[in-house]
Amino acid sequence: MGEPSAGPAVGADEWVARQAGRREYLPSWLGAAQRADERLGPWSWWAKLAFVGLVALSLPLLGIGPFQIQVGIDTLVLAMLAVGLNICVGWTGLLDLGYIAFFGVGAYGFAVLSSSQINLHWADYFSMPVVMIAAALLGLLVGLPTRRLIGDYLAVVTLFLGQIFGDVVLNDARGVLGGTNGIVGIDPVHGIGTIGSNEGYYYLLLFLLIATMAVLRLLETSRTGRAWRAVREDPLAADSMTIPVTRVRIMAFMFGAMVAALTGSIYASQQISVFPGNFDISVLILVYAALILGGTGSIAGAVTGALVLNIVYDGLLRNPTYSGYIFYGLIVLTLVVKLRPWRRLAAVLGATAVLGVIAHAAVGAVWPAAVAGGPQSGGWIASVIRDWVIVPSSPQTLGRFAFVLLVCLVIGLVQAKGWWRTALLVPTLYVASIAWEAILISPSEVAVTRNIMLGVIVIVIMISRPQGIFGARRVETAT
Amino acid sequence: MTYFVTQLVSGLILGALYALVALGFSMVYGVLKMLNFAHGDLYMVGAYVGFFLIQWFGGSSAPSTLWIPVPLLVTLMFVSAALVVGGLGVVLERFAYRPLRDAPRIAPLITAIGVSFFLQNVALLLFGGQYRNYNTPNFISLYSGIKIAGVSIDDAQILVLVLTVVLMVALRLLVGRTTLGKQMRAVATDREAAEMMGINVNRTISATFFIGSALAGVAGVMGGLLFNQVYNLIGFQQGLYAFSAAVVGGIGSMPGAVLGGLLIGLTQSFINGYVSTQYVNQLTFALLIAVLLVRPRGVIGRAQLAKV
Repeated sequence: MGEPSAGPAVGADEWVARQAGRREYLPSWLGAAQRADERLGPWSWWAKLAFVGLVALSLPLLGIGPFQIQVGIDTLVLAMLAVGLNICVGWTGLLDLGYIAFFGVGAYGFAVLSSSQINLHWADYFSMPVVMIAAALLGLLVGLPTRRLIGDYLAVVTLFLGQIFGDVVLNDARGVLGGTNGIVGIDPVHGIGTIGSNEGYYYLLLFLLIATMAVLRLLETSRTGRAWRAVREDPLAADSMTIPVTRVRIMAFMFGAMVAALTGSIYASQQISVFPGNFDISVLILVYAALILGGTGSIAGAVTGALVLNIVYDGLLRNPTYSGYIFYGLIVLTLVVKLRPWRRLAAVLGATAVLGVIAHAAVGAVWPAAVAGGPQSGGWIASVIRDWVIVPSSPQTLGRFAFVLLVCLVIGLVQAKGWWRTALLVPTLYVASIAWEAILISPSEVAVTRNIMLGVIVIVIMISRPQGIFGARRVETAT
Repeated sequence: MTYFVTQLVSGLILGALYALVALGFSMVYGVLKMLNFAHGDLYMVGAYVGFFLIQWFGGSSAPSTLWIPVPLLVTLMFVSAALVVGGLGVVLERFAYRPLRDAPRIAPLITAIGVSFFLQNVALLLFGGQYRNYNTPNFISLYSGIKIAGVSIDDAQILVLVLTVVLMVALRLLVGRTTLGKQMRAVATDREAAEMMGINVNRTISATFFIGSALAGVAGVMGGLLFNQVYNLIGFQQGLYAFSAAVVGGIGSMPGAVLGGLLIGLTQSFINGYVSTQYVNQLTFALLIAVLLVRPRGVIGRAQLAKV
């Protein structure tokens, strides 16, 4: 990107410069869009925000169902959290593992102030600012040790903080926080106007997300934003440039905490209830996964990551049929991209199919009960692989063994070289399919499978593309 | 007085356990300069290995259903937990952490959180969510053992204390006296320079992961014997205490890990005995913050000079 180069630059001859100029734009209308985008210059970001906002605004008008609206709301909540976390992790480079505590403080604060719990029923324009200020003060308290704690020490302290939040809530069973019973019967957002429907919450969250993004965009390009990035890159250099490192770090904590608390209060009123389990480590993992998927350090990246992740995690992986499409689709896609030439791909797929048919027939002849179960994913995939995959009538035990075997095979696959790798791929694919159909997709395990896949997503993104979809690869100097 | 000694003993045992986990955590930090948040979950895997061995040899739901002698069983439990969990640690390092060795500092930390979450959920998938019980009193009597100052210490507790001390001394000798230990220290000081001196860095890091994880596995079996309860989230809690112990002592320092572990264990035990059983976590956290505010690099850690 950048300006088209006029001539040869340092280290590049004329030919390279010409090719770079030629590759500047994508073909046809995409290129035209790129040119228009460049003509907008610094306004381009705002134009895109407005466009995406308009698209999101019109979604409920297209007549989507209540489930889709709920997924949309959850996506917006996740996007808000990811955008807030980005301040600490992406811009300031502080690993805040207690972020979910601020979300919880927001939700519980709103739940106490605006419900029958202590009969306050404050209007939202009182309770939300109060909750946000409380969270910001908590952020200040957590941020204070950053004066001296750097990097790794901070990570442990904040991780502990997240745990403490859960403990405080759980231990307060008879108090106002309700312990494991949580708080139920939280007021809807009321004050200027009462919101009674999920569509209303969708619009409210969308408005808040866009407002937050706009404010953070202004912050990013402001003095403070530059100071944050300077502190991230090199605290010592920033300090010698008279940037007050500690104050800047604490500000990042406080801003992140405020965004999380605001999100929490809307979340609480939309859910009508809060429970300690809503603020545990799995939510933290989800927010981190969204942020790193999109790319840390970019607002648009955080929102895109949240969008992609939540639609997959919340919208599709709950449903066995869609889940199966994603699973097999990803496998086939990876094979098509990674296996060259196509003859090898054809050989692997053919061998896997033949192996399955033979194994199914052999096992079925010896012991019919072992193939009596049938695949558990729905849709047309199930009917295709019915006579191919081995699923006993009570598949749990076989599924567990198949899962362990699958992990061992994947380890072997990465270690093996050349021809052996191709050969190992065949049983690996077959065992993966057995593990999937026998246990991973069974109704009792779907929630666990979702979380396992989330963990794998985090690890795989970090290893293969640590800068995420939108992030730029940073150059790390040796320390 | 008896009450005090009881709390002291249970604090020491708790502290020894934390110290063992913190030692492995600290060793890994020493060579890779990364916090392995999945370390606590290795403890959990160790505890499960011990549990399934007991089941394998007859189960302990009723007294004396085991069909091999108890000392042999306990030895087997410790050895196989160490081997399995050590191997798992090596695999994790190879697959999750090695590709990130030159990545920005924050990347392996997020990966480690992902690994921890992955292990917790795989354990949930494979072993189920129910609480498993070692039923230790069925094969190691609570009433055998010794009495000190009116406090009886049973065989399991003695075993844990002695084994911890032995392991710590062995580790000290390994790091201080052997070639492998020398290599570890060299890699911890400066990886590139160590590589130039002909040290196989990958193998040294793998060995460190194996030893550190094996310690966590052994600690897991000890935890199972002492507390009798195993489920897929015990690792997270134990890990948190062990991380705090390492931080209190100074991450990367081995005496610091032991000291921090004992400090955290004793504090928790006395809070439990004298203050409140509910607020153990909160008060431990307060201790952690207080120590760090006074000594930001831990009790033993030295302040690092920033290089420009």
